[in-house]
Amino acid sequence: MSSSTDTLESPSAIPRPHPERRVAPRPGARRTARREGIFGFLMISPAVLFVTVFTLVPILASLVLSLFSWDVITAPKFVGLNNYQRLAADGTVLHSFGVTLILALGIVILQLVCGLGLAVLVNQRRKPWSKAFFRTTFYLPLLASTAAVSIFMGYMFDAKFGVINYYLTSLGLPAIPWLTSTWGSMLTIVLITVWQQVGFTFVMFVAALTSMPSDVLEAAAIDGAGPLRTLVRVKIPLISPTILFATVVAMINAMQLFDQPFIMTKGGPGTATTTATIVMYQAGFQNLQFGYGSAIAMVLLLIILAITGLIFIASRKLVFYQ
Amino acid sequence: MTVSTVTPRRPAVKIGTIVGIVVLVLAAMVALGPLLWTLTTSLRTPAEAFTNPPQWLPLHPDFSNYAAVFQQIPIGQFFLNSTVVTALIVVGQTITCTLSGYAFALVKFPGKNAIFGIFLATMMVPLQTIIIPVFVIVKTLGLSDSIGSLIIPALGSAFGTFLMRQYFMQMPPELGEAARIDGASHFKVFLHVYARMAAPAVATLAILNFSGFWAEFYRPLIFLQSQEHFTLPLGLVGLQGNLGTGSISVVLAGVILAMIPSVLLFVFAQRYFIEGVTTGSFR
Repeated sequence: MSSSTDTLESPSAIPRPHPERRVAPRPGARRTARREGIFGFLMISPAVLFVTVFTLVPILASLVLSLFSWDVITAPKFVGLNNYQRLAADGTVLHSFGVTLILALGIVILQLVCGLGLAVLVNQRRKPWSKAFFRTTFYLPLLASTAAVSIFMGYMFDAKFGVINYYLTSLGLPAIPWLTSTWGSMLTIVLITVWQQVGFTFVMFVAALTSMPSDVLEAAAIDGAGPLRTLVRVKIPLISPTILFATVVAMINAMQLFDQPFIMTKGGPGTATTTATIVMYQAGFQNLQFGYGSAIAMVLLLIILAITGLIFIASRKLVFYQ
Repeated sequence: MTVSTVTPRRPAVKIGTIVGIVVLVLAAMVALGPLLWTLTTSLRTPAEAFTNPPQWLPLHPDFSNYAAVFQQIPIGQFFLNSTVVTALIVVGQTITCTLSGYAFALVKFPGKNAIFGIFLATMMVPLQTIIIPVFVIVKTLGLSDSIGSLIIPALGSAFGTFLMRQYFMQMPPELGEAARIDGASHFKVFLHVYARMAAPAVATLAILNFSGFWAEFYRPLIFLQSQEHFTLPLGLVGLQGNLGTGSISVVLAGVILAMIPSVLLFVFAQRYFIEGVTTGSFR
């Protein structure tokens, strides 16, 4: 988040004066200030109202609900930490967190490697039309909804009739049980998620590479650094803040993976692709266990916050700020 | 511009360049392949839709699937629902976030930093974490199983406020001060001086909201029960479920239809899609 603040504030072409540089208080200044204060409150009030009712209150409500047992019909009953104790012993839930972590790890690594690789290659193209063509091409999958992607990819990855296995077998390769085996379905979910999302990471990296100061690259060239050396020693360190940001965003999204496994595999085969969000959906909206569902949601939030924290701590030595 | 042109080892660089182009072209084929397959298969007759090899060039396009979508599901209704939901959220957030973003950037009022800090903190919380209480609130307000359940909770946004604030922060406060001295009210300064300069940020926010809410599946799945209120993604998944594998070309025709507005918008406003990514969106 901090890096987005930087990117937005740094390119300001308009000089910003210090707000302290003000005229000495004149008579009636206090009334003017109060009027400005009221104006400010009025301006933020619509956003504050909606954010409070539909985000802030629900965050607290989720925390409170996780301490209750509630089936929507009868009155909620306070159960203390029972939901969390039950969760810690619930094999289905624990398994789903494991599945989520494995899928998220696969998605984040593949998405970053592909996004960075493609961005570096496109950045080397010199013709503007060539850059524009690849940028548009890699962005196109983002124009489909995740639901649409899950639908057509489901047909393409069909083990018997799918076009992917058709080409694999006609090349003499074995057909892969994409959606009918544990590892196959996990791999499929990772592949289709990265296929769609990679354009997002790619665009971020292209922007970072384009805004790279050219004098640094010239200096590297004068010192005799080859393309690979320049990439590893100069370009990657220079865009490391963007890499950190892209990692965190990709991770937060991947930990909430729902649409693709829900539509393509219904969490299966068995529980192979039952992610934490699917288990939460089943607990909350199919079994109407709102308290238990909230507890799962809170644990998911804690895990996301913990991983984000770990990434930031690990990045301290790796990220290079100019 | 790139280093490779300056290095002395020319032949190696050329091989590297060729490998780079080959990789890019292969990646472009992977990116476009599934979309092309979807388009061409939607133009095959239901009977041959699943026969391999696929027809990459639709030599004998069959448009009957597109008519069939309209007969088999109320896709017109889904289109209408998606359009109303997306349009009202885009307009609503443009208003609430422009007002609040401006105030957080350029108006002085007590508690400003604390309130903005709380806004920023809520951006970290995933939708899944709050969906159960939001569902209860929506139900309490009598909005369950209506498109209002999708629209009203999305009319304000901490992220949108943040995005607009960042943009207004770049604008000089003197402009407004000068207009104030000339006797303009606070609101007139906002409306006539600053709001018109914010068009690029408004466009970015609108595009981000369009792509997010047009494609949304999770909230519609939870909030809506009757088919007449379904939005496109939920309706398409329902179509797939009802038809099984018998007529996938019909389902794919629906997928293509649902993508048309996004593609059209992308053609005309590509800049703002890219801008949306680079300003650090949280989809």
